[in-house]
Amino acid sequence: MNSQVASQVNLVTGSQMLRLLWLIPALPLAGFLLLALFGGRLSRRQVARVGCGSVGAAALITALVGADFLRAFPDRPSYHQMLWKWIDTSEMTVGVSWYLDALSLLMVAVVTGIGFLIHLYSVEYMSGTGEAGVSAPAGRAGEDHQGYARFFAYMNLFVAAMLTLVLADNLLLLYLGWEGVGLCSYLLIGFWYREPEYGAAAQKAFIVTRIGDTAFAVGLFILFTQLKSLSIQQVQTLAAEAWPIGSNVAVIVAVLFLVGALGKSAQLPLQVWLPDAMAGPTPVSALIHAATMVTAGVYLIARMHQLFELAPSVQEVVAMIGLLTLLLAACSALVQRDIKRVLAYSTMSQIGYMFLALGVGAWSAALFHFLTHACFKALLFLAAGSVIHSLGHEQDIFRMGGLRRRLPLTFWTFLIGAAAMSGVPFITSGFYSKDWILWSAWSSPLSHRWIWFGALLGTLLTGLYSFRLLFRVFFGEVRTQPIGEPGVAMRVPLLVLAFLAVTVGFLELPRTLGDLPLFSRYLSHVLPAIETIPGMDKSVEALVQIAVTFSALLGMGLAAVLFLPRATFVDRLAGTSLGRALVIFWRGGWGFDRMYDGLIVRPWLHLTRESGELIDRGYESLAVAAESFHVWLSRTQTGHVRWYAATVAVGALVLLGLFAM
Amino acid sequence: MLTTHALVLAIMLFCIGLVGLLSRRNVLYMLLSLEIMLNAASLAFIAGGARWGQADGEIMFLFILTLAAAEVSVALGIVLQLSYRFQTLDADAFSEMKG
Amino acid sequence: MVLWFLILIPLLAAPLAWMGQQWSRHAARWIAIGALSIDLLLALLLWSQDHWFQDSGQGSWLLESQTSWIPLWGISLHLGLDGLSLVLILLTAFIGIIAIIASWTEIQTRVGFFHCNVLLALGGVIGVFLAIDLFLFFFFWEVMLVPMYLLIAIWGHEQRRHASFKFFLFTQAGSLMLLVAIIALALLHQHATGRPSFDYADLMGLALNSGIGWWLMLAFFIGFVVKLPAPPFHSWLPDTYAEAPTGASIILAGILAKTGAYGLLRFTIPLFPGAISEFAPIAMGLGAIGILYGAVLACAQTDIKRLVAYSSISHMGFILLGAFAGTELALQGTVMQLVAHGLSTGALFMLAGALQERLHTRDMRQMGGLWGVIPRLASMALFFALASLGLPGLANFIGEFLVLFGSFSAQPFLTILASIGMVMAAIYSLAMMQRTFFGRQRETRIAPDLSNIAFGTLLLIAVLQVWLGLYPRPVLSTTMPVMGTLVPPAPKLTRPPSEFLPSSDSFARLRGKPRLLSREGMQGVSSEAVAKENRLRRGVAEESSGSTAACLSAVVCYGGWIKPWISTSHVSAP
Repeated sequence: MNSQVASQVNLVTGSQMLRLLWLIPALPLAGFLLLALFGGRLSRRQVARVGCGSVGAAALITALVGADFLRAFPDRPSYHQMLWKWIDTSEMTVGVSWYLDALSLLMVAVVTGIGFLIHLYSVEYMSGTGEAGVSAPAGRAGEDHQGYARFFAYMNLFVAAMLTLVLADNLLLLYLGWEGVGLCSYLLIGFWYREPEYGAAAQKAFIVTRIGDTAFAVGLFILFTQLKSLSIQQVQTLAAEAWPIGSNVAVIVAVLFLVGALGKSAQLPLQVWLPDAMAGPTPVSALIHAATMVTAGVYLIARMHQLFELAPSVQEVVAMIGLLTLLLAACSALVQRDIKRVLAYSTMSQIGYMFLALGVGAWSAALFHFLTHACFKALLFLAAGSVIHSLGHEQDIFRMGGLRRRLPLTFWTFLIGAAAMSGVPFITSGFYSKDWILWSAWSSPLSHRWIWFGALLGTLLTGLYSFRLLFRVFFGEVRTQPIGEPGVAMRVPLLVLAFLAVTVGFLELPRTLGDLPLFSRYLSHVLPAIETIPGMDKSVEALVQIAVTFSALLGMGLAAVLFLPRATFVDRLAGTSLGRALVIFWRGGWGFDRMYDGLIVRPWLHLTRESGELIDRGYESLAVAAESFHVWLSRTQTGHVRWYAATVAVGALVLLGLFAM
Repeated sequence: MLTTHALVLAIMLFCIGLVGLLSRRNVLYMLLSLEIMLNAASLAFIAGGARWGQADGEIMFLFILTLAAAEVSVALGIVLQLSYRFQTLDADAFSEMKG
Repeated sequence: MVLWFLILIPLLAAPLAWMGQQWSRHAARWIAIGALSIDLLLALLLWSQDHWFQDSGQGSWLLESQTSWIPLWGISLHLGLDGLSLVLILLTAFIGIIAIIASWTEIQTRVGFFHCNVLLALGGVIGVFLAIDLFLFFFFWEVMLVPMYLLIAIWGHEQRRHASFKFFLFTQAGSLMLLVAIIALALLHQHATGRPSFDYADLMGLALNSGIGWWLMLAFFIGFVVKLPAPPFHSWLPDTYAEAPTGASIILAGILAKTGAYGLLRFTIPLFPGAISEFAPIAMGLGAIGILYGAVLACAQTDIKRLVAYSSISHMGFILLGAFAGTELALQGTVMQLVAHGLSTGALFMLAGALQERLHTRDMRQMGGLWGVIPRLASMALFFALASLGLPGLANFIGEFLVLFGSFSAQPFLTILASIGMVMAAIYSLAMMQRTFFGRQRETRIAPDLSNIAFGTLLLIAVLQVWLGLYPRPVLSTTMPVMGTLVPPAPKLTRPPSEFLPSSDSFARLRGKPRLLSREGMQGVSSEAVAKENRLRRGVAEESSGSTAACLSAVVCYGGWIKPWISTSHVSAP
């Protein structure tokens, strides 16, 4: 399949390449259809080939299209491709049409590139125990095999939906992708469907995000009612003309879009679904719940940045929510036992950074962090998957340890990922992106000092929880014996991602360190440059950098002190009653689940408990009344002739009496 | 004056018939009472006809006469059947039509 | 004449199917399928001549057939076909075939009589969609009722007596109101012109005083809404849908409910424009309540067919919401929702029936983990559950979203309420999947998966869902002219500059076309609406020239409800 597409591609040359844009989402979709309809009949090998190949081909075409696009880049900042008119009424015309610009190209590249690596990884990860896995009891062979096809079908569908989301030219198509990725997330979280808890987690994820989606939809209704358009570009131009800065309509629409983004990106207060979503297979967590889908909210806000600029108050809220989420999630990540839940909370925390950046107007910085985060978080998840895989599906970090020697490749890649996430200076990508965000938080006119301090505290916590995880898993004594390093299909993605996690950062070197703003120059055609308060020169920036570096290193050092040596001090700390309460509180995600349980879930269940329906009972009581009336009336029918004669006589008398009156 | 007397007589006859109908339990006596009531009605018609000098009253009388004959023939048939089936002529014993 | 064929083919095939029982086991089924296929092909043939649709509208029929019947009372055999009826007839024939396939194995007693009833009911439905003489319409309205009652009462499940009585009483009560109102209209026509008339065109021109108009409109509304149904007239539906045999459930949900919506669109709204303009918010409110009420109760069900039944009430709320929103977008969404709901709910009932046939229960508490046992059935159920929760890319999404987009300008608050229904739809749809197909397996027995025919049928419906979800234009363009005339003639609003507007041909065509409704009643509405518009515009101090200002004032006009939030100062600022 791969080669076939490639040869087809070679036939067309030059700027013709851009016309292949539609193939990028179409190929994974075709893969999905193939696997969904004929997955049961294909062999395991063929399933892997189709599943992986379709995304690989999409990545290849992305490379070709991207090269073609970049060739004439600054002169032609965007490319528009209309496939067909989707909805065509006199009041609304919406097409299935793609829009490629610097921002969507970046997203497409990440989705297809990292998507392909994760697909490759899954070929092996899902094969061994396949459907059965940890949880699902080993079924019949055929069924097991279908699970494999099902997995790749869902994954391909996800990639197609995600590409639709990022390439959509209008908001309705974006919404299609938006719901589509939510659906795939649901399907993949509940992939091991026999476990009721996994099913519950899947439903929770879908319903919580759908709450956000509904707010987003209402935003669309308002937007359309006001501006009579849904095209992303047109809407923003129109809005900028029609609504003054800070007008109420703009604020309301921006808030509704923000709620949608919060749901998808697992930010406060709609973040509760993400930790539970780790029920899905690890590659799913890597692709959907770390690298791509959960950053859709970031994409949406960046995409609609003109709208958010019209509502500065909302932008401030974005920054605050980002900050709050990043701190809360970092604290929760610090006390988790499940390796994947640590990573889930860290994802929330890192997306919090992106929201913070968006909130202070550092659009490009947010996307840069998205890029680096996609690399290092996918790496971390895949490395964690490798650990889980080799330990026979053990996820509790307190039952791990000492894996450094046994799994050297996994260890080194995990180390690189953790270092990048904590922002080890100069050599990791995470440093450059996080430093950029903190610098924006310091220098942006939209920011406040306390936001910066909060973010700085976040870097410390990041270092702490990342290396706590590393030390717990790879250092100390061996608690569970691993079966050994994974095979080549899992190794290659790990190595490639590790390479990326280091090097991607060099795309944007700050003024103090080489001054090579490739990334921001690239995005400057879509997103406005970051404003800075006057008087923020290089020396200030250097000071900020030093503070960030120091804070991150402090976090790591603290982790080394606390968790490396047999961890007695931490145990004692956690043993105190306050410590224990805090651990439980943080591990449960700051009690949000319990709060929603009491405020929403229980009342809802109470409302929908099985019982007769009120209105129906009203109608039924009519029937009951008629029946009792009939019983009463039939008593007068005694069957005695004389009784009838008497009633006739009395009736006649009464009538006579009435006439006489 | 004559009319008044005739009407009073008719009313009295009717009441006697009604009381008989309601108080008697024997079906045959009930039928007799019914005949008295019919005759009371006939008397009232005749009195009316005489009072206004119209033939209508007498025509109505003839109708009632025929009706009474028909009624009695049917009713006696029923009574025969009843006594045959229930071995009694007590009207209160017959309540097959109870609702 | 073609129109009479459409009606008579199923009606004449009905006794044939009854007799066919004696010839061979499946003769009745094949006769029924054959008759409906001919109908379907005929309708498709009509549809393929799409150049028609460009200049049709309410009152201007694509095909018309009129024969005198009882001239003394102004009753004639008058049939007319336009885009709306054509789409619904296509749906009827298609869903009818599905219903027969779905009852292939389920119905084993009195097979001939079953299919006779199915064909009679469907013939009645097609008659309802075609009749434009109100007397004839009512005749067909009753024709479809009795066979439906028999279908439920004879072949239904345990509580069939109760359910069929309830169904009959409710629909009959609704019909009675309808009958009274129809006769009243005919007499009013006599009062006005000296001769009674039941003809649609005649009655459209009838000027009604507002009091009588209101009451008649209410009778027409209730008569149709009972069929739809919307709260508080819905209570027959869950019992009936759950107790009816699979085929009848599919017909009830897929087609019969549509007759109610059709009645609203064809008669209630155009006949009483004056009363409707006042009543629309109440009707839309009922729609929004229906969406939420149906969804909440759907979440409470343990019986899978009752769950689908309540979800059906929820979906019908969108139809009520859209039909009375008075914007073309919402009306188009309503039609789309009619078709989409017919397909998705029909398929869901077919699946529920298949489940019941295999497990001998409809109680979801006794199911679970069936994905591994019957993967084909499960994956189809997943697909249609997703369609029912309004997943974008499927037809239901188009219907719901167009309705919501269109209604928002009319009733923003109700629209937001209705949107909450989308979350609830996710809850009950996913709960249904979880309880039946996911989770631990309760049944250890191995049930057979879907047969190839059933699977193929469902796959066909799924393809239609995707097709209409991604390319709804065939339906939308067919019904566009009809729906365009249903929109109350809006006062000339200042629209945003044309470069921002969709400039499709169809748009220009519609704008250029003279309105077909030009009667006193409508005039009244338009002047009222103008007054309302002026009230809205009070906030605008003055209209300056230039595109920006025009655009701004349009924003203010459209967003009258947001008016308090928009200060007047920025409007005058360029």
